[in-house]
Amino acid sequence: MSPEMRDALVQLTYLVAGVFFIFSLKWMNSPQTARRAVWAGVWAMVLGIGGTLANPEVAVSSLPWIAVAVMVGGLIGVPLSKVPLTAVPQRTALSHAFGGLAAGLVGTAKYYLWLQEGGENLTTFRMFAISAEVILGFLTFTGSLMAAGKLQEILPGRPITFRGQLIVNFLILGGAIACAAGLMINPQWSFLFPVLVILSLLFGMMLIIPIGGADMPTVIALLNSYAGLSAVAMGFVLDNTLLIIAGALDGSSGLILSIVMCKAMNRSFTNVLFGAFGSVQDSVGEDSGKTVKSASPAEAAEIMEQADTVVIVPGYGMAVAQAQHRVRELYDQLTKRGIKVKFAIHPVAGRMPGHMNVLLAEADIPYDDLIEMEEINPEMPQVDVVLVLGANDVVNPAAKNNPKSPIHGMPIIEADRAKTVLAVKRSMKPGFAGIDNELYTMDKTLMVFGDAKAVVGDMAKALVGESGMH
Amino acid sequence: MTPLLAAAQPSGLAAYIPLIFVFVLATFIGLDVIRNVSRLLHTPLMSLTNAISAVVIVGAILVAGYEGTSDQPWWINVLGLVAIAAASVNIVSGFLITNRMLKMFKSREPEKKS
Repeated sequence: MSPEMRDALVQLTYLVAGVFFIFSLKWMNSPQTARRAVWAGVWAMVLGIGGTLANPEVAVSSLPWIAVAVMVGGLIGVPLSKVPLTAVPQRTALSHAFGGLAAGLVGTAKYYLWLQEGGENLTTFRMFAISAEVILGFLTFTGSLMAAGKLQEILPGRPITFRGQLIVNFLILGGAIACAAGLMINPQWSFLFPVLVILSLLFGMMLIIPIGGADMPTVIALLNSYAGLSAVAMGFVLDNTLLIIAGALDGSSGLILSIVMCKAMNRSFTNVLFGAFGSVQDSVGEDSGKTVKSASPAEAAEIMEQADTVVIVPGYGMAVAQAQHRVRELYDQLTKRGIKVKFAIHPVAGRMPGHMNVLLAEADIPYDDLIEMEEINPEMPQVDVVLVLGANDVVNPAAKNNPKSPIHGMPIIEADRAKTVLAVKRSMKPGFAGIDNELYTMDKTLMVFGDAKAVVGDMAKALVGESGMH
Repeated sequence: MTPLLAAAQPSGLAAYIPLIFVFVLATFIGLDVIRNVSRLLHTPLMSLTNAISAVVIVGAILVAGYEGTSDQPWWINVLGLVAIAAASVNIVSGFLITNRMLKMFKSREPEKKS
């Protein structure tokens, strides 16, 4: 086969792989076709890797080493795919870190390779692409590690802020960009390259330090986007269309998810990245002194039993308590009695986009009963009982009523409009954002105190016991 | 590797215009396709795109397998190998966990429909 022929075949393989990647994402539009999406993705990856190995530039002597590296990665990857679903946010963050690291390392290797060959390949445009790849790759690496650490609670989840933080961050980023500019002017100034790498690593860390747990969904989505963009930059460095296509798909996915998250919190990107949510609290204690009414799990079960419709609002608290299987028992008991049970899912409930859906699907709750916020809100006045389960800020009426509240303007699940509200909570401590919730002091609200898993288990048991007596 | 459409051998930015086309068009496709993804599936979507972005393994293989002049420092290839391992983690765990999660999404039991 002539070299041109071989090159053309490699490019065609990349084209097919690119098309498969697009189909893979397209099939994610509904749960019925989603399983196919994974296979399309796997085939695209196989074609991409196969096409690359067929490239004459890849030395045959290096193939065993490549195989070993793939195997090492696979050995780490398999256990990472078996984490409990509550740990999926930190797993995702960790994966972004690996992706960023790979991109950063390839960019670094390419720079030194071309430098050592004399540097004529290091055109201004390529140097720009390498710099973008290295900055995005390494900042995604450390940023995602920090995010994973916070989610796994190895690092403190509370935002860490200090005086002049913004200035320091801009200086670091500015320094990295200055290094990149210097290298674009003269790629031979190789002393700038390690500085570029170190500043990028540092910037990733500094970017995540001031971000609190409640903002993690947005940040994870944003890091997803950066990982994609670093793949795009790598595509420009290596003149590789497949990298550009797949990276662009990934980048736009992360972008859309972060926009969805930002809208669901009524905040801007800059506000998420630089706002340090939860560190300010204007209206502390304004309503304190109001009494709350509480009920036992058995009493709460009785109230639900009288209802025609029950809407459950799950939140991160349900995930922490691993309560989803108990929720399934409660769901079974209620539906058995002909009571309509639905789940109201807020876009930012949990620690990553769609987190609640996955946890409830794991507990075998049919996805037809997982309803989005916009759809459930108009039905709320007709709902007999709302059971708030480990959610807090996403049902806080202050978002609508109190212009002074830090979450004012955020769209919420309007639990306060239902006829009765049952709220399961460990204690009266405010939620992650540290904001009082007037829902708990409303006349129609009953608090059920305790661990979500135990409380919901007791509710289900109370219902089982009763049906046994009849 | 020569840029795409290298026949005319344009220099500098001009050589990259076709690639910029690919990038812009792929972004439009991406935005449109992702906008239609069910919100139900945003978590598996993320782990899927995680696996897809591990396509950087292509670049890592090209670096790890590159045989240049004899004075090419050995650690350049090692950087490529480490990148291959990192990307493989994402390919393997990304596709496996996406599949695992998607298997859990079930519609209401058929007996209720009848």
